[in-house]
Amino acid sequence: MARLAPIDEAAGGPADSGADWLTGWRKGPGEGLDIAPDWLGAARAEAAGRFAVRGLPDRGVEDWRYTNLAHLTGLELDWAPAPADVAKESLPGLVFGREAECRLVLVNGQVRPALSTLPALPEGTLLTSLTEALASGHPGVADLLKQRVAVDGGALKALNDSWLEDGYVLIVPDGVTVAMPIEILSVGTGGALPPAYQPRNLIVAGAGSRVTVVEHHIGLCIGGYFANLVTDVAAGPEAIVRHCKVQDESREAIHIALLDAALASGAMFDSFCFTLGGRISRNELRVSLDAPGAHCRLNGAYLAGGRQHCDHTTSVDHAAPETHSDQLYKGVLDGRARAVFQGKVTVRQDAQKVEGHQMSRALLLSETAEVNTKPELFIHADDVQCSHGATAGDLDGEALFYLRSRGVPEAQARQLLVEAFLNEAIDAVALAGMRLPLERNVARWMAERPAS
Amino acid sequence: MLEVANLHAAVDGKGILNGLDLAVGPGEVHAVMGPNGSGKSTLSYVLSGRDGYEVTEGSVRFRGADLLALEPEERAAAGLFLAFQYPVEIPGVTNMTFLKHAVNGLRVQRGEEELDAMQFLKLVRQKAKALGMSDDMLKRAVNVGFSGGEKKRNEILQMAVLEPAFAVLDETDSGLDIDALKIVAEGVNALRGPGRSMLVITHYQRLLDYIVPDRVHVLAGGRIAQSGGKELALRLENEGYGAFADRAAA
Amino acid sequence: MAATAQTVAQVRDLGKYKHGWETEIEMETAPKGLNEDIVRFISARKDEPDWMLDWRLKAYRHWLTMTEPSWAMVDYPAIDFQGIYYYAAPKNTEGPKSLDEVDPELLRTYEKLGIPLKEQEVLAGVQGAPKVAVDAVFDSVSVATTFKKELESHGVIFCSISEALQNHPDLVRKYLGTVVPYTDNFYATLNSAVFSDGSFVYIPPGVHCPMELSTYFRINAKDTGQFERTLIIADEGSYVSYLEGCTAPMRDENQLHAAVVELVALKDAEIKYSTVQNWYPGDETGRGGIYNFVTKRGACRGDDSKIRWTQVETGSAITWKYPSCILQGDNSVGEFYSVAIANNAQQADTGTKMIHLGRNTRSRIISKGISAGRARNTYRGLVRMGPKALNGRNFTQCDSLLIGDRCGAHTVPYIESRNRTATVEHEATTSRIGEDQLFYCRQRGIGEEDAVALIVNGFCKEVLQELPMEFAVEAQKLVGISLEGSVG
Repeated sequence: MARLAPIDEAAGGPADSGADWLTGWRKGPGEGLDIAPDWLGAARAEAAGRFAVRGLPDRGVEDWRYTNLAHLTGLELDWAPAPADVAKESLPGLVFGREAECRLVLVNGQVRPALSTLPALPEGTLLTSLTEALASGHPGVADLLKQRVAVDGGALKALNDSWLEDGYVLIVPDGVTVAMPIEILSVGTGGALPPAYQPRNLIVAGAGSRVTVVEHHIGLCIGGYFANLVTDVAAGPEAIVRHCKVQDESREAIHIALLDAALASGAMFDSFCFTLGGRISRNELRVSLDAPGAHCRLNGAYLAGGRQHCDHTTSVDHAAPETHSDQLYKGVLDGRARAVFQGKVTVRQDAQKVEGHQMSRALLLSETAEVNTKPELFIHADDVQCSHGATAGDLDGEALFYLRSRGVPEAQARQLLVEAFLNEAIDAVALAGMRLPLERNVARWMAERPAS
Repeated sequence: MLEVANLHAAVDGKGILNGLDLAVGPGEVHAVMGPNGSGKSTLSYVLSGRDGYEVTEGSVRFRGADLLALEPEERAAAGLFLAFQYPVEIPGVTNMTFLKHAVNGLRVQRGEEELDAMQFLKLVRQKAKALGMSDDMLKRAVNVGFSGGEKKRNEILQMAVLEPAFAVLDETDSGLDIDALKIVAEGVNALRGPGRSMLVITHYQRLLDYIVPDRVHVLAGGRIAQSGGKELALRLENEGYGAFADRAAA
Repeated sequence: MAATAQTVAQVRDLGKYKHGWETEIEMETAPKGLNEDIVRFISARKDEPDWMLDWRLKAYRHWLTMTEPSWAMVDYPAIDFQGIYYYAAPKNTEGPKSLDEVDPELLRTYEKLGIPLKEQEVLAGVQGAPKVAVDAVFDSVSVATTFKKELESHGVIFCSISEALQNHPDLVRKYLGTVVPYTDNFYATLNSAVFSDGSFVYIPPGVHCPMELSTYFRINAKDTGQFERTLIIADEGSYVSYLEGCTAPMRDENQLHAAVVELVALKDAEIKYSTVQNWYPGDETGRGGIYNFVTKRGACRGDDSKIRWTQVETGSAITWKYPSCILQGDNSVGEFYSVAIANNAQQADTGTKMIHLGRNTRSRIISKGISAGRARNTYRGLVRMGPKALNGRNFTQCDSLLIGDRCGAHTVPYIESRNRTATVEHEATTSRIGEDQLFYCRQRGIGEEDAVALIVNGFCKEVLQELPMEFAVEAQKLVGISLEGSVG
């Protein structure tokens, strides 16, 4: 397998931002893929070049204005961690609180069939590893991947592109409904050095198909790791893709995720992201509504305390007329936590009869928490209805007083109000069975937060 | 005053009016009654020139001129007034400002001097008083936050101020309780006179108890299915529109 | 007011841009281009104290190290900073002792603008109309200030900044650059080096300024940059309302206007600053017009102080402007009311910054952006609640209206909250003029263009009603004129 092209130090970028953390990256992925298609090496090298020019984004890069990745450059990372020894029994029960019907497990970004539960899926439905899919020469996978890898989507995506190796692949044929939710359990676990892993995931939903994916990200170690994920979603005409993500990484983890979805006519993408874990995390969604009738709903809830930094960034591109988007993000911050919400809604010229709405609300529970919000509208058609709203502040003093005047102790009253605040976002989760565990997580977080 | 001949009109390519004939003389009040979907609102929009209402055949002559050749504001200047079924809200623009632009817009089109602020104020105050409307209502933004009754009364105030030769009242009774209906009807009756004709479009006979028409027409299937005196309205009230719908289809 | 009525009459008479004429006046200019000698020339021409020249030179040297900002959503060809005259002054106007010494041609210019330059014109106005004191800035130089005596009797200083440097150097030195330091940004730094004139206002403690103060700016000379600098200080417990109007002739070339305005409100003081900006916007194809790159910032330095910016931006090819408030004093209040209209090929990138530092500070932002033709209109704003901004409050409402399907409306707010007791609320909407609203107006006999102007004025009402009466009428007319040709 070809090594990465040596980085031209003069090109700046990574060399400037501290060479150490990239030492392992320069060696490139090598052993993971037995049979690599010809195009892959070239694509990786090209992406590595792009990353080399860019370097890690600093705060001068507008999209990263509020999220500082300098922490990364201080780490010495293991870019090609050996498969970790994980026992199936050590994996947690499910977000559903019961045994999974269908669960694909990744450890440090690599699919581990032996740890997974893979029942028979409707005919033609493929749930496998990227390594497997590429090796088998699945045409849909290679075509989509080639196309997406070529897109210049920023430095972190280039970094992921440069390491294409494994991840999960889910392909649902035209007209097929996958009734059971597909759970992806992503486990991060440490070694001598914090591992760096960069899974590349694909979800391809054929015309009229329906599928629900629940991604659960956890850490099985105390220490840190660097997960740099990219998920490509392609939804065919009238397809419905639901994506529910619970990010509960280890408290030292750096979790950077980009999901890029393209929607055909009448397709629906419904995303919910619940963020609890990680030292620094970013969940970025880019949704392109490419044909009339496409619509997306992006919701999120986050809880951050201590020194956590969590970033939710969305970009919805109304590239066609009669497309709709709706977004609601709500978060609660405690300790010295910092949250970022950046949401961009673009309506292109001639994309008439578009509706795009967005709301971001943050609750600050401590003196030292901070939230930075940047909702943006870029409108180039006139027959549109677009809006955004943002609020930040403490709990409603009047509501708190009301509850206390009815005899509810303050701590409990606060907890009730925080839960009620977040539930507006959680209630939007269409997936039955998800709501309760999410609400339990909120209750647990509130109960465990240090008294202020 | 108004002569409609063989009028065909379509919305989004779908024919709504199918050969409508109607003649309203000076000072006459005609009622057009019809079930939902018979083309009542289409008739009012076609007469007033709203975009999207395409006349495919026929003619409308208004005070001797070809009405259909005119822009909406030109029709207004020619003396045509439409009291909207759903009066539109215009945030930030007071009733007073709106009326002033309308009055002077019409005067300029007719080649008349614009009214100055004092003359205008006097005119509006006098008309508002006659309709029992407060100064406060004149200072509020056009229809914003108005109740259903207030909106309809506001339409009648505009009619009183603009003094049209021909008024189309599009379901002016919809959404009104009986007290509001009486007030609005009184306002309309006060404006009746030899020089002013009216076309009262309504679903229910009830309004015609208060605004008594000279003629009643039944609109069904996009044309006048039957015409008669005011007793026709009572017959409709008892028998319903069913019989006319059948006749129109035949 | 007679003057306003006259302006309104001119608005009707003239076509697309009513102030598109130029005045034949003998000018004295410094050589084209910029270097230390030009900075020295400007300073010497104004007989400035040494510290002022030093400050200018520091700014100039710093400017050489800076690059033009590129983050605003505006496109324009590179500006040749050596192709600009940095100093242009009407001849024979050096230190006019009275209006009689001012070039009559210049007075006629201002008459055409409808500026009540002569006091009697104002006095001849409607009985009981408030007086307006005017400072008129022609290209680089302040040419006349009215009502001086009456203001002086209240202790109010209202003069050109050149005059202030002569007569009140300590005041200027104490405050100049304290709100917008000379290192602030590319254009402010350039201004600091080469500013040639502008207005200076000082309101003594406890004084409620007895009349509106006003400055009219006009760029007249060709290839001239205008770099005026305005400094307003409201001492403890004082109040002042200040108006600013701008026009320029029609030219095929773009002209640069890079002004700096600094406001300082001490304890219990209040400053209202209103702008009707009607620089030449260029023609329909986007040729010509003013580049309006302006830094305006106010410091609510004392407790319970208040600054309100109101702006109606209809002119300029490009507007790049963020009148801001630094809320340092406890209980201080910052407000920003803005209407920005961009038609044809105009580009506007405007908004505000509200920096909450003190306790119980409050801010309110109402922005109405209207885009028509192929124009681009961006609201860009920052609300920051600092860690000590206990109980800080902000409310922001940002509405965009689109007229036509070839224009763009962008909303880019930054909201940074570092205090849990602070509340920030932001709302933004984008829509177009309702087809039903237009039809309703037309059915009542109102022509289409008049209907658009009416509806847009309604959309902007919250902002327009914040303007002093004299300006509000003119601003409403401007809204209509700016949108001519945008429908149909």
